Amino acid sequence: MSTVNPNLTYNYKVVRQFAIMTVVWGVIGMSLGVLIASQLVWPSMNLDLPFTHFGRLRPLHTNAVIYGFGGCALFATSYYVVQRTCQTRLFSDGLAQFTFWGWQAILVAAVITLPQGFTSTKEYAELEWPIDIMITLVWVSYAIVFFGTVAKRKAAHIYVANWFYGAFIITVAVLHVGNNLELPVSAFKSYSLYSGVTDAMIQWWWGHNAVGFFLTAGFLGMMYYFVPKQAERPVYSYRLSIVHFWALIATYVWAGGHHLHYSALPDWAQTAGMVMSLILLAPSWGGMINGMMTLSGAWHKLRTDPVLRFLVVSLSFYGMSTFEGPMMAIKTVNALSHNTDWTIGHVHSGALGWVAMISIGAVYHLIPKLWGVRQMYSVSMINMHFWLATVGTVLYIVAMWVNGIMQGLMWRAVNSDGTLTYSFVESMEASAPGYFVRFLGGVIFVTGMLIMAYNVYKTVRQKDAVALDNSAAQAA
Amino acid sequence: MIPMDINEVRGIHTLLVMAAFLGICWWAYSARRSKANDEASHLPFDDDDIDRRTLENEKTEKKQ
Repeated sequence: MSTVNPNLTYNYKVVRQFAIMTVVWGVIGMSLGVLIASQLVWPSMNLDLPFTHFGRLRPLHTNAVIYGFGGCALFATSYYVVQRTCQTRLFSDGLAQFTFWGWQAILVAAVITLPQGFTSTKEYAELEWPIDIMITLVWVSYAIVFFGTVAKRKAAHIYVANWFYGAFIITVAVLHVGNNLELPVSAFKSYSLYSGVTDAMIQWWWGHNAVGFFLTAGFLGMMYYFVPKQAERPVYSYRLSIVHFWALIATYVWAGGHHLHYSALPDWAQTAGMVMSLILLAPSWGGMINGMMTLSGAWHKLRTDPVLRFLVVSLSFYGMSTFEGPMMAIKTVNALSHNTDWTIGHVHSGALGWVAMISIGAVYHLIPKLWGVRQMYSVSMINMHFWLATVGTVLYIVAMWVNGIMQGLMWRAVNSDGTLTYSFVESMEASAPGYFVRFLGGVIFVTGMLIMAYNVYKTVRQKDAVALDNSAAQAA
Repeated sequence: MIPMDINEVRGIHTLLVMAAFLGICWWAYSARRSKANDEASHLPFDDDDIDRRTLENEKTEKKQ
């Protein structure tokens, strides 16, 4: 656009930093996942040490992948997208730098405290109160940088990706503060301000919106920029994006009750959670269809472009897991699935299939652009990574489906005299083969991530030699 | 004034939310918005000059 200041440049430095750390935390977090998956197959893999025990490493795995890998991917892409679609530089370079170093410090603090057993025991919010305060500071700075940039935009409209990123930033701020209201009793111990079933409801209000806003709205923002950009055509329906945005954010916050079916939570609240979860199918599929249909007339690009393949397959996993989720929220289905491996399978269908794959696709799109080279060091390595990621995810989720349904059926089986047919240990023994397949799927997925790390390293290094000159020549 | 039953409040709330949703649909799909929607949907493709300038500036800064 000609109205823009002719000296204006973007802040790519902070985007580069977060993009690299996305890969680093991805490798760390997913390797931890493989380690704890192996502990479920071979219990001696816990090394008989307290800080390598499953109970301590599992929260480190979830924190590293959600806030390390996913968080860095969201910071990197939101800073990139908000600048490019608002046609203006970040509101404050200094504050953006603070969010980078602050966020890394929080993640390192998680690596140090969680294995030592410092935990508030709230799922996906295990970090203790001093770290909670750090998160709040960094998050408020993030909001100032993001909305400050939107406010000084040169483009007339606020592109839909920024709406999703904005909703994610605001809602996570509210949820984080609300859920972590706690009374500190010592440097690393605090107690929740809520008690009993209220605490459970607040926890899952947070927990499900960690999924709905951190792992969905933010990544839909990513989808709305990188899918059109990689497919080189505007989004299928901008109108649909507006409608499904408002429907999605208005519905998600009510769905958390489905984590507490058949608990002490009042029945009406469980039913409300179930109904809202069922409604969520519509706005979720609105986003999936919008992303998929952006490719109409360009499907042939999938044959040659593995980056686009990552983005599109992530959308199919998104569609699959947002169908599975509402189904599992139905009370009678939940009676079978609750506390079984089906839940873990469902989470990973979303986490590996949707969140990881769209982030990986976005990073492969970003790295060459940020370092001024035409493409990644090796496109065939991206292709290899794509197949490893897909096969790894499918093995993982199928193993957990089989295990979950089997466990649900074994736990509810009763003899004619009313006694249980199977002991719990028998259901664990029957789960062993599934745990091995899950471990295998995880190893395959991490192998893909290691190939990505190597490919990214080579791309960034080759830049020093020839990259910029090449890109100028080849772009012409 | 007749005191309102909680269920009436719930009923009114449902109608208001429904009206808001239909309003958003009507607004998003109205012919008046189609030009703005079209412009907005092209935003990812409108800033290649700034992107190029950013990389060129960084390149010259490094050489100096």
